[in-house]
Amino acid sequence: MFVLALVLVAVAWELYKWLGPQDGGEVFGWKILPRANDLAMPHVWEMLSRYADPERRGSTSPIFFAVASGAWFTLRLALAGFAMGTLVGLGLAVLMARFKVVERGLLPYLVVSQTVPLIALAPLVVSWGGKLQIGGFEWPRWLSAAVMGAFLAFFPVAVGTLKGLTSAPPASMELMDSYAASWRQTLFKLRFPAAVPYMIPALKLAATASVIGVVVAEISTGLAGGIGRLIIEYARQATSDPAKVYTAVFGAAALGLLMVGIVAVADLRLMRNRPREAVE
Amino acid sequence: MNAVEVRSLSKVFNAGRPNAVDALVDIDLSIQPGEFVSLIGPSGCGKSTQLRLIANLTEPTTGEVLVNGKPARQARLDQDYGMAFQQAGLFDWRSVAKNIELPLELKGWDKIKRRSRALEMLELVKLSDFAEHMPWQLSGGMQQRVAIARALAAHPPLLLMDEPFGALDEMTREHMQAELLRICSETSTTVVFVTHSIPEAVYLSTRVVVMSPRPGRITDVIDVDLGARRDVETREADAFFKKITEVREALRGLAAADPSLEVEPALGVEDR
Repeated sequence: MFVLALVLVAVAWELYKWLGPQDGGEVFGWKILPRANDLAMPHVWEMLSRYADPERRGSTSPIFFAVASGAWFTLRLALAGFAMGTLVGLGLAVLMARFKVVERGLLPYLVVSQTVPLIALAPLVVSWGGKLQIGGFEWPRWLSAAVMGAFLAFFPVAVGTLKGLTSAPPASMELMDSYAASWRQTLFKLRFPAAVPYMIPALKLAATASVIGVVVAEISTGLAGGIGRLIIEYARQATSDPAKVYTAVFGAAALGLLMVGIVAVADLRLMRNRPREAVE
Repeated sequence: MNAVEVRSLSKVFNAGRPNAVDALVDIDLSIQPGEFVSLIGPSGCGKSTQLRLIANLTEPTTGEVLVNGKPARQARLDQDYGMAFQQAGLFDWRSVAKNIELPLELKGWDKIKRRSRALEMLELVKLSDFAEHMPWQLSGGMQQRVAIARALAAHPPLLLMDEPFGALDEMTREHMQAELLRICSETSTTVVFVTHSIPEAVYLSTRVVVMSPRPGRITDVIDVDLGARRDVETREADAFFKKITEVREALRGLAAADPSLEVEPALGVEDR
């Protein structure tokens, strides 16, 4: 199905390119129809064939390798960001589930945190990190990008997990009370298992968000080696080689899919013994 | 020592506010070990509240509750009772055996001991073939049997049940009642059982406690002397119907045992 959808998008793209106006079009005086010329909308096969071309004039390694190594670099940062974000999100959710006061005080700030523009925040994190000196530990540049990934990833995890942790049926909570179970026991034996169906979609959101966070951080802090840098670099060459930037963009999209795929595998494993309609 | 001792207990919800409700007033009740006591009454008579007070899931406003001679709170901490609710309330993510192991896990039993107890309990409720099934693969009656096995897993001397068969169909229900009597006599467990079915209360109990609402209080205690062994024939015996009539009249607030009031046998099966 996914492949079919991909083909359909490609066909739609080519169809518009074929039918659409070369220099953009106007509808009721508004210039909204995008230009269909080769500069604005390169052919799909142009983009794909570009993967095999050398990255620079005179170099022998094809773009594919450049994108793949950029993606690998970014993937590791995104995974680090995802892991950090998930840990922080889980911690916050447990804290909020434990203390109502914390939920009331903290949740609005979490929402506010997500409205801060990432572009503005990224350089700040880099400069804070640069000033940080804990023993012999020196803050590496890549860590700032991973932190930006975590910054976007923790929010859905915190909110989704909080919702899940409070979703255990009252009768089950009462059962645990009747066993004189401690709060910790109730958390791990009842609340967390009951939260899993809520956590999976949250983790999927966090997985893509961590990729976005890392890519944006790479771009705005000028971190070299990742897919974000490639996007910027190739976009500068877009006037002469419009298809090139898409190779990097597709690379970033594939990263997001890969990250969600990792969560989906975890989902299958965790939910294999549950009734299908666990969340009503 | 009494299995349950309730002394001048009362419970007020929303105490001190305009919407205060007297849920229970001046309850005294002693239950001997080995007894099967049903609490019966219309909705709002506080029978579930009384059970929850015995279980220490809520605190009394005045009075005290002793379970096994200990304050109710201590009894809960010591897991001196098992509890079963109307919804079986099994955990979806645990196998049947693992559900039964839950209370033992919380007590810190080791794995091998837990598993062998779970299998023993499954044998008791006749579900040995379903140890590795998931709860949602079982019928409602089977789920409720697992819940009973879970409640009895730690071999508590007392079993508290809040309308455990309320969601089952009539046939399954009668079967479950017979099973419960067998299980309790095999394990010599004391039972406090909340229901609003008169035949169920009479069939199961050695004593039926009749309660009335607004404010919730005990209006009558009826001994049911149908003998220790009860089976299908018990349900068709004259003595059974006489007891049903007695409980029904007590519920209506009529003078008990008026011989002029005959109840037709068919009526003995209804009531929910």
